[in-house]
Amino acid sequence: MAKHMGKQSMEFEKDISIISTASTVGTKEGQGPLKEYFDSILTDNLAGQDSWEKAESKIASDNLKLAINKAGLNPSDISYVVTGDLLNQCCGSVFGVRSLNIPFFGIFGACSTMGESMSLGAVLLESGGAKYVLCGASSHFASAEKQFRFPMDLGTQRTPTATWTVTGDGAALLAVKNEHPYIRRITTGKIIDLGITDANNMGAAMAPAAADAIYQHFCDFGFKPDYYDVIATGDLGYVGQKLLIELLNKKGIDISKNHIDCGIEIFDRELQDTHCGGSGCACSAVTFAGMLYNKLRHKSINKVLFVPTGALMSPTSVQQGESIAGIAHCVGIEN
Amino acid sequence: MGKEVTKEEYGNMVKKASPDSPIFLNCIRAFLVGGLICCIGQLITNVCNVFGLSTEDSGTYTSIILVAVASLLTGLGLYSKLGKFAGAGSVVPITGFSNSVTAPAIEFKKEGFILGLGAKIFIVAGPVILYGVLTSIVVGLIYYFVR
Repeated sequence: MAKHMGKQSMEFEKDISIISTASTVGTKEGQGPLKEYFDSILTDNLAGQDSWEKAESKIASDNLKLAINKAGLNPSDISYVVTGDLLNQCCGSVFGVRSLNIPFFGIFGACSTMGESMSLGAVLLESGGAKYVLCGASSHFASAEKQFRFPMDLGTQRTPTATWTVTGDGAALLAVKNEHPYIRRITTGKIIDLGITDANNMGAAMAPAAADAIYQHFCDFGFKPDYYDVIATGDLGYVGQKLLIELLNKKGIDISKNHIDCGIEIFDRELQDTHCGGSGCACSAVTFAGMLYNKLRHKSINKVLFVPTGALMSPTSVQQGESIAGIAHCVGIEN
Repeated sequence: MGKEVTKEEYGNMVKKASPDSPIFLNCIRAFLVGGLICCIGQLITNVCNVFGLSTEDSGTYTSIILVAVASLLTGLGLYSKLGKFAGAGSVVPITGFSNSVTAPAIEFKKEGFILGLGAKIFIVAGPVILYGVLTSIVVGLIYYFVR
């Protein structure tokens, strides 16, 4: 059975293997620095649908099927699918999973969703109550803009601290199996709110949550930062990364040497005009399912602390003057 | 373990870490594009005058033409590109108003003509219309009593 560690963590006894991943991204992501790692790159961000929301569900559906196919399985083999997205009532996932006929846990963790789904997937497997668990998260630039900001064709300027929501879906298929890499441990984040109210500076809103979760992870397991080859946060962007490193420095932890941020990796800041970096559930999900999983599989890296980060808010809460709360979940993955 | 960072301390850290908007450059771009749009408007007015329309009618035609062109450019996805470059320069003129009505109309059409397009078409321009009308009533009343 899994062991409760320290305050917020869990160590798994079984070999929770990530047996396959799949990543599907939009056109802009497909022109970015990580393009060679993605399984599928859309040529049309509507994915043949007539609305952005339907496009997101279609991307999610196709990508989840791809992850199952890549493992040589059928949807009927999967015990549970655990996914989430940014749209109201998790509709991106709901209508993406609808045709798969798999028992479904719909989750919401804003952009930290991939961390939440992989954590819960690992717990389900460790419990012995599941055989294969499919974890995933999706987001779409246009559906997110429509819901959280302005219509796509409105002529406005983005602020320098704004991030660009990644279009895509990342999925990871988990099973208890002797096949590297494995999810060894998780640290579930608390909701941390240091009073940021600027919805165009999500990195700043999420950095304290990431710092708290990473700090707690090291405390709970007694690790030093250099235990991991890579510590990959979700979508802090350039501003958030700076703040995260500074916050952890204040606690005597230096992660500046092995820290990367998926939001920084996924776009070319200068060429792609994405300001502070990428964001959205798919940002960490596709970067993990694409680049990080590939490097783990080929053993060019062996220990990764994957820390998707989320900004918990809604357009209504922001309009009512509520601050933006952050959350981050640590997933320790090793070969 | 160091002591926890307070909200105030963190606010200062964020301010230091976040880059500012390039205000000077933005102002120049806004001035150039906004000025250009106004010049085009003046040109249309002058041409209307040449064709024998009164100054008042020329103004009306100018507004109609600018609004129609901006709406068309919005539909073609070009006005958002202009807006990204020009900022306030393309938001403030009447073309910006046209853009702020056309963009939601396109975006929310998928939710139907009544509850989508119909209900949300003024989601951006609505406050301008409401407070514009209210302000004009207040100014009108002041004018009525002070005159």
